[in-house]
Amino acid sequence: MAASALVGASGFGNWARLAAQQALTQDQLLEFDTFGNVSLIHVTDIHAQLKPIFFREPEINLGVGPARGQMPHITGADFRKAYGIADGSPSAYALTYNDFASLAQTYGRVGGLDRVSTVINAIRADRPDALLLDGGDTWHGSYTCHQTAGQDMVNVMNALKPDAMTFHWEFTLGSDRVNEIVESLPYAALGQNIFDAEWDEPAELFKPYKFFERGGSKIAVIGQAFPYMPIANPRWMFPEYSFGIRDENMQAMVDEVRGMGAECVVVLSHNGFDVDKKMASRVTGIDVILSGHTHDALPEPVLVGQTHIVASGSNGKFVSRVDLDVRDGKMMGLKHKLIPIFSDVIAPDPMITKLIDEQRAPYADQLAEVIGHTDENSTLYRRGNFNGTWDDVICDALLSEREADIAMSPGVRWGPSILPGQAITREDIWNVTSMSYGEAYRTEMTGEFIHTILEDVGDNLFNPDPYYQQGGDMVRIGGMGYRIDINKPQGERITDMTLLKTGEKIDPAKTYVVAGWASVNEGTEGPQIWDVVESHIRKQGTITVTPNNSVQVAGA
Amino acid sequence: MEFSRRDTLAMGLGAAVVTVLPFRVNAAADDQIAAFTGGADMADAGITLTAPEIAENGNTVPISVDAPGATAILVLATGNPTPGVAQFNFGPMAGSQAASTRIRLAGTQDVVAIAQMADGSFAKASTTVKVTIGGCGG
Repeated sequence: MAASALVGASGFGNWARLAAQQALTQDQLLEFDTFGNVSLIHVTDIHAQLKPIFFREPEINLGVGPARGQMPHITGADFRKAYGIADGSPSAYALTYNDFASLAQTYGRVGGLDRVSTVINAIRADRPDALLLDGGDTWHGSYTCHQTAGQDMVNVMNALKPDAMTFHWEFTLGSDRVNEIVESLPYAALGQNIFDAEWDEPAELFKPYKFFERGGSKIAVIGQAFPYMPIANPRWMFPEYSFGIRDENMQAMVDEVRGMGAECVVVLSHNGFDVDKKMASRVTGIDVILSGHTHDALPEPVLVGQTHIVASGSNGKFVSRVDLDVRDGKMMGLKHKLIPIFSDVIAPDPMITKLIDEQRAPYADQLAEVIGHTDENSTLYRRGNFNGTWDDVICDALLSEREADIAMSPGVRWGPSILPGQAITREDIWNVTSMSYGEAYRTEMTGEFIHTILEDVGDNLFNPDPYYQQGGDMVRIGGMGYRIDINKPQGERITDMTLLKTGEKIDPAKTYVVAGWASVNEGTEGPQIWDVVESHIRKQGTITVTPNNSVQVAGA
Repeated sequence: MEFSRRDTLAMGLGAAVVTVLPFRVNAAADDQIAAFTGGADMADAGITLTAPEIAENGNTVPISVDAPGATAILVLATGNPTPGVAQFNFGPMAGSQAASTRIRLAGTQDVVAIAQMADGSFAKASTTVKVTIGGCGG
């Protein structure tokens, strides 16, 4: 396909211009001149956020090696400049972190699956056979999702009628539960890289791909589950399964579907953006990668070779519409729009609102209980390569409630934000902590071993080869400062580790009390992290965020 | 609480064995390569080595080698205390010159496969397999 065949590569400008008007309507958000003969609708990394939330995009998202300064490793003013977004505009609020608290007052909450449903319905009105594709991390991330072992999300998503899905955190429900849900799913559960661990053969329950006849064309959708599930998440919860990138098998699947007459090949991926970019450079014949896992929201697709990579954000904040012109056995053109779900602008679909409320009703009192408040200058958020303010609160809770020298909190990318002066409910705490292995351990580690952990996690984030990255952020540390040079090799990145309470250097031979949570190892003991955080916030009453300068970053 | 490095790995962040310095290359690996090839040059093409980029379990890492026309394939884990993993020999009646096995890796290191071809030439493939503590995935 020649680049010139692309027509209107992005619908982004349509709503960026609205900044000047200080007005936003549902029609404007949905405006799209239907193109070609096939439509894809992409949602990903919803993390069980059924209701509208606030979500602050990252301030720090560093790329190393060839990824340095490339999308999605650009934030704030540089990001706005790259896409021509005006300061203070709706798109500035949706896509960048600056002035978050004040813009949130203007533009309100984002997401909500009842609003997402309205957008899906509108696209289906234009194109009744549009494909709805879910990139995974759907059945994880909230109080009700945890209590129902994902059933609340399954019920609501089924009502949206997806055509296919791939997976990551779903597997932390345990393989028995995942198998039970997948067997009953009314749509395809895909993953060319989901293998039987014992035989190293494709798992029977998950198909590598599915064919769809759309607009008179044969479309193949190939699934790519998160490659590093047994490493980033507890392997003992799904011991029957093995994953990996397996790009040689991806190439074999692309060749197979092309051989069977696929005119357009779409990969529904949970690789993470940089891994998708590398995969697109190694595997030939993929037209579109719908990218998930790293929670990037990009207003335009990134083109690698002849593969268009679409990133659709997280937490229900965005829906991507991708219209394709598939003719004469190949994809001739693509038109794309990243639709932000402004919850006060897009009318909820009442049928889905009712369904969501039914899922939540049995837990309404638990969800709504106010545990504390933020003060008038404090915003709680997580996203970013290093500590977010929510992580600081969690680390403070671990330090005080578990009487530790040092706290460790996982560098996950999910978890909505809390505005200044906002009530913090139990639901809010669960939104940033809930998981099936939330036990808060307390143990002793030598300074040397703490260094080993930081180097190991640092390499999972800053290895210049994306195939050796896992897609999370740096482990969050409380009670200890350090310096990181992101361009150094593993073993040399982390220096100047300092115990904050004494100002002393960390002694490699000395033992420190460390509290943390989300251990991937079986048999971890301790109270659940949400109880630890709730107890801490209740004692504080009002949460005040203070600047955290304990991590010095070099080489950015 | 009794504390050891092993316990901490188990309790804290995972059970994989971790070395602080990746890419330790055991001198014994070079010796074994020299013994196998007699010091001959090795081509880059002609052998395929498939291994995960990051091991799901460093104790049992699935790898496969495929070298059409080879008479023997040597597999080495260059960072293990004992680098030798396997040598596969193929007779003239062998239907294919490919093999799969699982290997144990002491830490992040390069896995190397060298094929001896019927004409006496050699081909080499190498890939880095990372062994990590894990956890913290987004």
